[in-house]
Amino acid sequence: MAYDKFNVLKSTVVPLSTENVDTDQIIPARFLKATTREGFGDNLFRDWRYDNEGNPKADFVLNDPTYSGKVLVAGKNFGSGSSREHAAWAIYDYGFRCVVSSFFADIFKNNALNIGILPVTISPEFLDEIFAEVEKDPKTEVEVDIEKQTITLLSTGTSESFDINSYKKDNMQNGFDDIDYLLSMKEEILAFEPSRR
Amino acid sequence: MEQKTLFDKVWDAHVVKSVPGGPDVFFIDKHFIHEVTSPVAFLNLETRGNKVLFPERTVATPDHNVPTIDQDKTIKDKLSRMQVEKLRQNCKNHDIELHDLGSDHHGIVHVIGPELGITQPGMTIVCGDSHTSTHGAFGAIAFGIGTSEVEMVFASQCIMQSKPKRMRITVNGELGEGVTSKDIILYIISKISASGGTGYFLEYAGSAIQSLSMEARMTICNMSIEMGARGGLIAPDQTTFDYLEGKDHAPKGEDWDKAVAYWKTLKTDDGAEFDLEYTYDAADIEPMITYGTNPGMGIKVKGNIPTTDGMEGSNKKTYLKSLDYMGFQPGEPIQGKKIDYVFVGSCTNGRIEDIRSVANFVKGKKKADNITAWIVPGSREVERLAIKEGLVEILEEAGFKLRQPGCSACLAMNDDKIPAGKYAVSTSNRNFEGRQGPGARTLLASPLTVAAVAITGEVTDPREV
Repeated sequence: MAYDKFNVLKSTVVPLSTENVDTDQIIPARFLKATTREGFGDNLFRDWRYDNEGNPKADFVLNDPTYSGKVLVAGKNFGSGSSREHAAWAIYDYGFRCVVSSFFADIFKNNALNIGILPVTISPEFLDEIFAEVEKDPKTEVEVDIEKQTITLLSTGTSESFDINSYKKDNMQNGFDDIDYLLSMKEEILAFEPSRR
Repeated sequence: MEQKTLFDKVWDAHVVKSVPGGPDVFFIDKHFIHEVTSPVAFLNLETRGNKVLFPERTVATPDHNVPTIDQDKTIKDKLSRMQVEKLRQNCKNHDIELHDLGSDHHGIVHVIGPELGITQPGMTIVCGDSHTSTHGAFGAIAFGIGTSEVEMVFASQCIMQSKPKRMRITVNGELGEGVTSKDIILYIISKISASGGTGYFLEYAGSAIQSLSMEARMTICNMSIEMGARGGLIAPDQTTFDYLEGKDHAPKGEDWDKAVAYWKTLKTDDGAEFDLEYTYDAADIEPMITYGTNPGMGIKVKGNIPTTDGMEGSNKKTYLKSLDYMGFQPGEPIQGKKIDYVFVGSCTNGRIEDIRSVANFVKGKKKADNITAWIVPGSREVERLAIKEGLVEILEEAGFKLRQPGCSACLAMNDDKIPAGKYAVSTSNRNFEGRQGPGARTLLASPLTVAAVAITGEVTDPREV
């Protein structure tokens, strides 16, 4: 699936300091029954966001109008558990383009990159600083620059660089995905396959 | 010659090409699909005008959302029905082997793969499901992928993967009475944490692991992902070969001999290096149970829920949020907690050996009145064996309800939900908030512990019933 190109993103953030947010929280299994990938954003963090009657829970950050933006800043070990790409779809569909944390679960990270969400891993100290600054002033912005591989907290000027392999970086900057590349490899794959029979 | 780990041997044999500065083009021998994570992959494949490159390398079964009663009738839930019908249609259109609902080998994808002998040592196996790690028990590199990657496998039989680091977990010694492979893995996760394996591929080794049956090994590898590892494998040995010999898809005759000769080379060379190693003593492991909302939050059944000593900031906040959800207090014992439901099943513990151990334990006993007891076989084959061996009668006499195969209450996509606020002791793999139904509270344990809980109605050490 093609997605938006990612270059420089300057945005306010939505803070979610809870640790070990698993994909069952991001999108509960009962919402996985669709056969297309649209509309998952409505059920993003469903059981934290709404009560049993479907009323928004006031104490959950997505229901707090103070916070908005295209960057989700999350506690460590974000996206653990199930491989459901629906979790990344829900985050994308809701409007996030970047998730920042001090630690990501592997499959979620891959899924995010595959659909055009940039996972940015920063130090625990910087993560704490962002949470503290955003709590002081919800209008605090971060700037994520994929070319320079940096994330900057604009209120304090604190900046860190983050890792992304050059292949994925190129994909993100151009909105390509792996299928394009793999199809270009078809002859080599066909030549390789008999060795695995 | 360079000393290699088992993982390196299998990985390196599947690299079509290494992309400079990027991941490997990684060849996939076998691809399992189910109804939930495949429809969008088929849709995108068709939208782009691509075809499934090697249909014979993909095998399908509907398991996640299927009902576990009346499987011979039309699925009542409209969305579930549509997903299952979509899977049938897609398999037909793309010429993919389907083990449909009601067919002889229907079941949970990670149960039927090994049962049919599709899973073999040295293979690379993926599925749009994180518990694909189960197949690592055969010395295969097996891991869960996202739907974009499912599409990649359809289109090219490859995915783009960076090679993970290597971790070895060695468990030596003999397991005590009442201690099972589920306890081993819950113990390991409680030590390493729910994220401690992230970035690694695991190898389980040591005499305690080697002494396990294939079913028990699958339970261990199944939960590798609960440490954040993509997967974990165990070197194949005579136990592996004996399990596979004669299975439908296993090689036959001369091919079998050739295969076994190759499989015997699939072990870590002496002196090969790992990036990280942990070693445990089987004698230290007791029956385990979880008390919180991730699988790393496990303790001995006879232990106390940890206090918040030494915790601070978001770590402490997260911990208390978790205990609040569970309705537990820091520092209190877990033994004696009243339970409402028990669930025996899932790709972790829904195999015949699990059902045998529960039946054996509850034989001649009755479940407690406060307990609703569900037992869901992992496959039709498990169901057939349970009937043939007389286990079903034993279980029904004890008050268990035997349902039909599927993922069932492990993730509660179908109607098998634990009601909000109720406690379930479950043989499944995840105790996340709402995993077994909105508001449901899950405690993970072995089939033996679950059987003990069913009898007493509260958290109980199986050695004391």
